[in-house]
Amino acid sequence: MSDIVEKTLTALPGLFLQNQPGGGPAAAKASFSSRLGSLVRGITALTSKHEEEKLIQQELSSLKATVSAPTTTLKMMKECMVRLIYCEMLGYDASFGYIHAIKLAQQGNLLEKRVGYLAVSLFLHESHELLLLLVNTVVKDLQSTNLVEVCMALTVVSQIFPCEMIPAVLPLIEDKLQHSKEIVRRKAVLALYKFHLIAPNQVQHIHIKFRKALCDRDVGVMAASLHIYLRMIKENSSGYKDLTGSFVTILKQVVGGKLPVEFNYHSVPAPWLQIQLLRILGLLGKDDQRTSELMYDVLDESLRRAELNHNVTYAILFECVHTVYSIYPKSELLEKAAKCIGKFVLSPKINLKYLGLKALTYVIQQDPTLALQHQMTIIECLDHPDPIIKRETLELLYRITNAQNITVIVQKMLEYLHQSKEEYVIVNLVGKIAELAEKYAPDNAWFIQTMNAVFSVGGDVMHPDIPNNFLRLLAEGFDDETEDQQLRLYAVQSYLTLLDMENVFYPQRFLQVMSWVDASLSFLDGFVAEGLSQGAAPYKPPHQRQEEKLSQEKVLNFEPYGLSFSSSGFTGRQSPAGISLGSDVSGNSAETGLKETNSLKLEGIKKLWGKEGYLPKKESKTGDESGALPVPQESIMENVDQAITKKDQSQVLTQSKEEKEKQLLASSLFVGLGSESTINLLGKADTVSHKFRRKSKVKEAKSGETTSTHNMTCSSFSSLSNVAYEDDYYSNTLHDTGDKELKKFSLTSELLDSESLTELPLVEKFSYCSLSTPSLFANNNMEIFHPPQSTAASVAKESSLASSFLEETTEYIHSNAMEVCNNETISVSSYKIWKDDCLLMVWSVTNKSGLELKSADLEIFPAENFKVTEQPGCCLPVMEAESTKSFQYSVQIEKPFTEGNLTGFISYHMMDTHSAQLEFSVNLSLLDFIRPLKISSDDFGKLWLSFANDVKQNVKMSESQAALPSALKTLQQKLRLHIIEIIGNEGLLACQLLPSIPCLLHCRVHADVLALWFRSSCSTLPDYLLYQCQKVMEGS
Amino acid sequence: MIKFFLMVNKQGQTRLSKYYEHVDINKRTLLETEVIKSCLSRSNEQCSFIEYKDFKLIYRQYAALFIVVGVNDTESELDIMFNLDKVHIILDEMVLNGCIVETNRARILAPLLILDKMSES
Repeated sequence: MSDIVEKTLTALPGLFLQNQPGGGPAAAKASFSSRLGSLVRGITALTSKHEEEKLIQQELSSLKATVSAPTTTLKMMKECMVRLIYCEMLGYDASFGYIHAIKLAQQGNLLEKRVGYLAVSLFLHESHELLLLLVNTVVKDLQSTNLVEVCMALTVVSQIFPCEMIPAVLPLIEDKLQHSKEIVRRKAVLALYKFHLIAPNQVQHIHIKFRKALCDRDVGVMAASLHIYLRMIKENSSGYKDLTGSFVTILKQVVGGKLPVEFNYHSVPAPWLQIQLLRILGLLGKDDQRTSELMYDVLDESLRRAELNHNVTYAILFECVHTVYSIYPKSELLEKAAKCIGKFVLSPKINLKYLGLKALTYVIQQDPTLALQHQMTIIECLDHPDPIIKRETLELLYRITNAQNITVIVQKMLEYLHQSKEEYVIVNLVGKIAELAEKYAPDNAWFIQTMNAVFSVGGDVMHPDIPNNFLRLLAEGFDDETEDQQLRLYAVQSYLTLLDMENVFYPQRFLQVMSWVDASLSFLDGFVAEGLSQGAAPYKPPHQRQEEKLSQEKVLNFEPYGLSFSSSGFTGRQSPAGISLGSDVSGNSAETGLKETNSLKLEGIKKLWGKEGYLPKKESKTGDESGALPVPQESIMENVDQAITKKDQSQVLTQSKEEKEKQLLASSLFVGLGSESTINLLGKADTVSHKFRRKSKVKEAKSGETTSTHNMTCSSFSSLSNVAYEDDYYSNTLHDTGDKELKKFSLTSELLDSESLTELPLVEKFSYCSLSTPSLFANNNMEIFHPPQSTAASVAKESSLASSFLEETTEYIHSNAMEVCNNETISVSSYKIWKDDCLLMVWSVTNKSGLELKSADLEIFPAENFKVTEQPGCCLPVMEAESTKSFQYSVQIEKPFTEGNLTGFISYHMMDTHSAQLEFSVNLSLLDFIRPLKISSDDFGKLWLSFANDVKQNVKMSESQAALPSALKTLQQKLRLHIIEIIGNEGLLACQLLPSIPCLLHCRVHADVLALWFRSSCSTLPDYLLYQCQKVMEGS
Repeated sequence: MIKFFLMVNKQGQTRLSKYYEHVDINKRTLLETEVIKSCLSRSNEQCSFIEYKDFKLIYRQYAALFIVVGVNDTESELDIMFNLDKVHIILDEMVLNGCIVETNRARILAPLLILDKMSES
């Protein structure tokens, strides 16, 4: 044997120094026990991979000789195994030793056996054929009377075991569940867990035994069974609800310190056990109020007990927060959990901050307000030097992206993307950006530019779905052909510009996308041809012709970035979008249509407009080209740079304004995170105003026209590039705007509420009609403009009152009379006369009794929003029997509203003694104060440009109004809008709110969607009108 | 779940590796090199979590040794080396199938102590 040793030793020069070859077993033992040490030292001392490889190969060949030599003792074999493990660990194949590992497990004494099993578990994998040779050994050891052997067998079974051989050992292991020693029971449970993982069907019949393990008197066995339960509950939580009580009790005991101290870790009782239980409870309580109620107490206690003092308590708290947010919510617990997240996030310890961000990311969708609470911390983390923190923050932002903050968030993602080198990060991030861009793109230009960035960075590694989806989007488009064309045009434009640049390389996939898109250039030809042919339109002001010429040249030239920027400024000025700065009102409207469709529509509408205002139809077609081809402006990254150069003055301020910038960033990032209804409401509206922003900025920079600062502020509200470099004044007013917007949010939701409320009066109206009982709500203004769906009875009743109508009623449109109150003596009905300059309310009081009424008086309480003036001759001292008298009041509106009430009372004396009083109220709608505004198309165009407040919305039309004329007619009839002109699928309407606030409406129809665009000098009027329009369009 | 357990020194040499999910031997070396590279690239001010591919690394520096645990959803260097088998046996008591199965120190050490006693006698 010694010469074999000698032989192998010569192969290892390093070992000569330490181990002198000697004779006899003692020398062999000594040399063998230190062989691993020498090898490790030898490897550590080496400096190159090449040397390492050489040394290991030598070692392996000597090992190969040793293990196959018949003289090698089991003890030597054991030592060889450890060295083989080491070699494999360094990445060198030692498969020649696998079979010897199995032999060692079979034949060795305890320690040798253990190393044999260890080597097997490290060398082999589940489906390795040699593993079958181990089964007999395992069976034998399981039946051994030696506890250690049983444990070894159980350990190896829990690590690696061939699936098909489970039946051979299962009964043996089941038996072990009753073993007297906890270690055997525990290991048996873990072996069963393994079986459950690899072949759940085979252990189904012993579920009852798992329950026994859960109730085991030993903590270790119980804890082991939790692994199985966590797994099973993950798969099917409903099957284990009955165990909730048990889990809660166990957790209570653990938290309460009832476990032996040896289970403590840094004086925290069994932290991993707690975590396991918290996870199980989270799964059980999900969407289940009753089950959740069982665990509120213990969760509360866990949160209370786990104080922030050690890593492992952080882990428990983290798990606790997770569970609290997973189960049926309880506000008290949520509050505490939120506080806990706050502590994490604000911690100076970087690991805790990370945990806090993770927790925030998890809970953010359920409670967006938490993001608002910690917005400043999130902003800080966004610029954290640790890229991992940064990335986690982006993940968080990804979850709260909406139509309002998309540009800022995507910009942040792109910044990170440009710094990333790791493929996995790029693939992941690129996927997210593409997803968000498709979902929330505010406009064509942004969308294409963002996708360009995505393709240039991630082109080679990204998921193929991304280019596929993108191309499908381009190919299939949306409902509207014009929009689609513009999107495609823009894409082609941007690609041409990109390809024009020299010395730039694009990923293969990006080039494929480009060439695919370019292949469909035919559609562009048609478009250009059409534009040219229509260029010879009947009338065109000279300056306009020149502009068109310019823009057409641009179309053909495909100018690069620098010039196109000016051209976009040009078009920006030309289009209404350039002037329509995102007012605070526009952030307010509730839009319903598809995001992309909506934002794209703006482009379509543009073409009606020229420098001087409205363009007649034919020209607008050609004018459109200039609008449709804003030509790639700046890449998103460049955008920032430009902002800097444009505003060098404010640039000076930036350093000192760091804090302010962060707040600005915060307001743009966390916009739209409020109550859920707000989010839904705002998703759309902001997209619209957003689009104007860029334009307005360009416009200001280029043309230098003065615009109201307020609008500017608004316009920069959620665009980071703008926001970051605004000067002092802007940043201050910005916050005001933010507040205003917030108020507006709640207002909008009120609007929604009132919409649903208006359903009620309708119902009541029906009951009124059939029962003829007076109802305060009977006077529903919506019903007045068209014949009410009333029963014959009520019609008869109303017609009987018709005789009492005032003279004015013949002159002006009026509503039907409605009874507003009555008693046995009198009946009061009212109607509205919509005079040109005011609303005239008429109350006619009928004395039904045969007696004379004295000092009959009708009074109207002063009302908010209204100015009520009594018309002469209203107080009638005496009312004869069975007579009817009218009281008139003119009503003026003081500020726009949606619906208001006028209340008043009628008092009278009967036979000198008896005095009576009856109250009534009448609903007033904004529409009562809307009058048609008869102006020309030219005037419309001029007015349009002068109004800063606008609101856009898509409204779905009912089938009956699917055509534009019928839709407009509805608006004319029900809202009294004046139709100025109908051009193709577009229409112009105007109205005024008494006394003299004008409001303009531009309508456009495509398919069954009516795109409404309001503008007014009053900031709130467009919203109210939009609301009424929606009611009319959707209600009929 | 725990995907692997690594002990790597600052020079990037693997001192102990244990995989709870089978990984090809040639892929292991590559993985370990990348893992230790990402650990070494981080400073003390940075957090102990690294997002790596589709799993996460949690590391801790212990003298010159990095102890790295790779998860998908949580002494001196040479001592560990010279007792490779024993460390594995300890680890086997603590972690099985990617689950932490025992944290009671006495219980973790019990099987090893028995084996130690036997080899002495």
